[in-house]
Amino acid sequence: MTLLRTITATLMLGCLIALGAGNALALDAASPQQAPDELRALAADSYAAKARAIKDLVASQAPRTRVWLQALLDGKLQRLEDDGRFVIVTDNRGRDWTVIDAVDDAPLGEVSRRRIDRITINNALRNQLRSAMAILDLDADDPAERLASADRLIGEVDADLAEPLAARLDAESDGDVRAKLAQALALYRLQSGDAAQIDAAIDTLSGSLNPTVRAALAQVARGDGEAAEAARQALAGIEQALRLNHAAETLYFGLSLGSVLVLAAIGLAITFGVMGVINMAHGELIMLGAYTTWMLQQLLPGQPGLALILAIPAGFLVSALVGVIIERSVIRFLKGRPLETLLATFGVSLILQQLVRTVISPLNRTVVTPEWMSGSLVVNEALSLTLNRLYVLGFALVVFAALMLVMRRTRLGLEVRAVTQNRTMARAMGIHATRVDILTFALGSGVAGLAGVALSQLTNVGPNLGQNYIIDSFMVVVFGGVGNLWGTLVAGMSLGVINQVIEPWAGAVLAKVIVLVFIILFIQKRPRGLFPQKGRAAEG
Amino acid sequence: MNWFLKPATERSTQCFVGVLIVALAVVCVLNLALPAANPLHVSTYTVALLGKYLCYALLAVAVDLVWGYLGILSLGHGAFFALGGYAMGMYLMRQIGDRGVYGDPVLPDFMVFLNWDHLPWYWQGFDMAGFAFLMVLLAPGLLALVFGFLAFRSRVTGVYLSIITQALTFALMLAFFRNEMGFGGNNGLTDFKELLGFPISADGTRLGLFLASGVALGLGYWLCRAIVASKLGRVCVASRDAEARVRFIGYRVERVQLFVFVVSAMLAGVAGALYVPQVGIINPSQFSPLFSIEIVVWVALGGRATLYGAVIGAILVNYAKTVFTGVMPDAWLFALGGLFVVCTVLLPRGLAGLMQWRRNASRHDERTTEATA
Repeated sequence: MTLLRTITATLMLGCLIALGAGNALALDAASPQQAPDELRALAADSYAAKARAIKDLVASQAPRTRVWLQALLDGKLQRLEDDGRFVIVTDNRGRDWTVIDAVDDAPLGEVSRRRIDRITINNALRNQLRSAMAILDLDADDPAERLASADRLIGEVDADLAEPLAARLDAESDGDVRAKLAQALALYRLQSGDAAQIDAAIDTLSGSLNPTVRAALAQVARGDGEAAEAARQALAGIEQALRLNHAAETLYFGLSLGSVLVLAAIGLAITFGVMGVINMAHGELIMLGAYTTWMLQQLLPGQPGLALILAIPAGFLVSALVGVIIERSVIRFLKGRPLETLLATFGVSLILQQLVRTVISPLNRTVVTPEWMSGSLVVNEALSLTLNRLYVLGFALVVFAALMLVMRRTRLGLEVRAVTQNRTMARAMGIHATRVDILTFALGSGVAGLAGVALSQLTNVGPNLGQNYIIDSFMVVVFGGVGNLWGTLVAGMSLGVINQVIEPWAGAVLAKVIVLVFIILFIQKRPRGLFPQKGRAAEG
Repeated sequence: MNWFLKPATERSTQCFVGVLIVALAVVCVLNLALPAANPLHVSTYTVALLGKYLCYALLAVAVDLVWGYLGILSLGHGAFFALGGYAMGMYLMRQIGDRGVYGDPVLPDFMVFLNWDHLPWYWQGFDMAGFAFLMVLLAPGLLALVFGFLAFRSRVTGVYLSIITQALTFALMLAFFRNEMGFGGNNGLTDFKELLGFPISADGTRLGLFLASGVALGLGYWLCRAIVASKLGRVCVASRDAEARVRFIGYRVERVQLFVFVVSAMLAGVAGALYVPQVGIINPSQFSPLFSIEIVVWVALGGRATLYGAVIGAILVNYAKTVFTGVMPDAWLFALGGLFVVCTVLLPRGLAGLMQWRRNASRHDERTTEATA
């Protein structure tokens, strides 16, 4: 009979795939397993009975407790009408649902959703389930998992949980997990009414940045008496810590924005600052670096990380090459005429932009962020740092350090400085000035390409990418003092931080306007920037 | 007034004014006297287009005055042009009165849309034509005065000045894009109805605006010539070529620079004010650095420090732009970019330089070579 029904059902449901058919046979071979009592108790009629059943289940320490509880919470623990078998729904799309056996995970194919009974739960049960699972998770071997579950317990502890939790707290070895558990317990004891316990609880809770803790403390602080006073003190400490964290966050975002500015400007600090060539196409060299990243990701599908790492040298080379072409075909004819250079390179920037629009697309392209760069670094409950920005910040510093090394410690750097200070004299000393010009320009342009690779992780990659950065870059270089790499670093970082500090009350656009106006006024006051060059180098 | 009449004796000014008058007259005749079917008939659309070119030409003359004779490459003249345009636009907005979409007798549509209940203070008075036209001069003039005062006093020159003028117009663009500024944000000011009581899209008004632009160009050109030919103009050219030397002789170079810069900004403002009713809109994109730098290339193509070269350059480039963007829009930026490169590398003195070079190939003038450097 069972065989017949199962087969008919299977046919009726149109589950013709081999897997389904095989399962139907397997089903037939083994008679329905007897579900354990604990599981059957969960299907009780009243919620009160279910609540008891959950408690018993946890107490029983049955091996599959965690799975069942989770399935129950998700509404996926259900019961087949036909044979009372407990199943877990794995796919509930469409009319027929894919189910597996709750007891041994055996796949049972697809079953019409009409023939499955749902085990319903209410909100009280949901809370109970969550705390029960959190307690279970406290047994996990991985301290990180224990920490996460302890975190979930904050604000969820009730009279029933307090006892086992206190026991767990004593058994816990990991410091972080202990602190979290203590907080969760203290949060419960805060409501206990016992003065000594409340005092101890406030003591434990002071310094926590958890919003639930803050709310609970604020509640206590509203009353009067000693406990309220202590709570107010604890709260003041928390507020202070939060302000600090907020300031740290602003600083981080500011430095991150600053690192972008530094990256965009540092190449310009070489071509404009050191060589004195105004390259308005600098932004487009950044854009080319970003497009190189995109290209490589298209060539290496499924490996965004590898493509990104390869893009670092590739972006450098592409932009350096284009830079050399610009230098050889346009800039060298305009030596000593900075305003004409400005106009000509602006023309080049228009051509490059339109080239990208025509050849690739006028639309923005998406560059994938590799997995190891996405997500964020959680410092504490009030402060988490996005990883991609952290990487870009680090990258900017590395690029800066490398450039400093090149300029200070290599033969090329020496020759560049010599040619900049006194071209004729340098040539008389046997330095090939033209070669130095080309190499310097290639270096500055290549660094622009590196900036593009980094920017592709933060913003949209489109034909206008460079245009958005060119004015900012010039501002950073001029603000920092032309010809001074340290100045560029300090200027970029401080402008980034200033921008982030103003932004909350002025809004993003107005903040930018204010910063621009500030720089314009600053340059009037100190035309040579923050760190003007002194001595012979300044005479150029 | 002696200095103002001086250009009348110059051959080039006589030529320029003559050509301008003839051109204006011809366009008028072709527009009014010939029937629409005649192939030589100039349509009202073309008249408005030509009027736009004339405004650009005046703007180019203003840029040439500071770049060509003062050696200051302003990459922010678009800002003065746009400010003049906004002053005019505000007047035109107030003239709409209750004919707007929301029918508010005082507030322009975009303010009603933003739920503002009263006019911001800086919109007061723009319902009076006289005040508005005064602001067309004063708004850009004041900005130039403050900016120039600060910049020239601290001797910010050359590339630095170019870059901060560019930053200035960029900052203004960002600011005008904000709705809270009260200048219509992204959309700018548009949907104008009438100017001084004349319906703005009527044929007669169009022709009138065209003629007004022509007259403004003529007067602006005359004024610039007068300045250039005066003693002040000589100091300008001298400070362009050897600023320190002029300073040592005892001239207050920064005052000369400031005066000419402000005059130039006001001319740009007038050009903007005449431009807005002819195109029917003013929005923040007029502040974009690209537009400002485009003006410079008009001047570069025509030839610096000639004034008439700026007019030729402006009209040629904009005609080319109209043609290109109509026929093959993708190619326009290639052409414009190429023009920048060709002008600076191959034609350092522009078309005017080419003509002069052909004329006096034999007696090469030392001074002009230095001027282009």
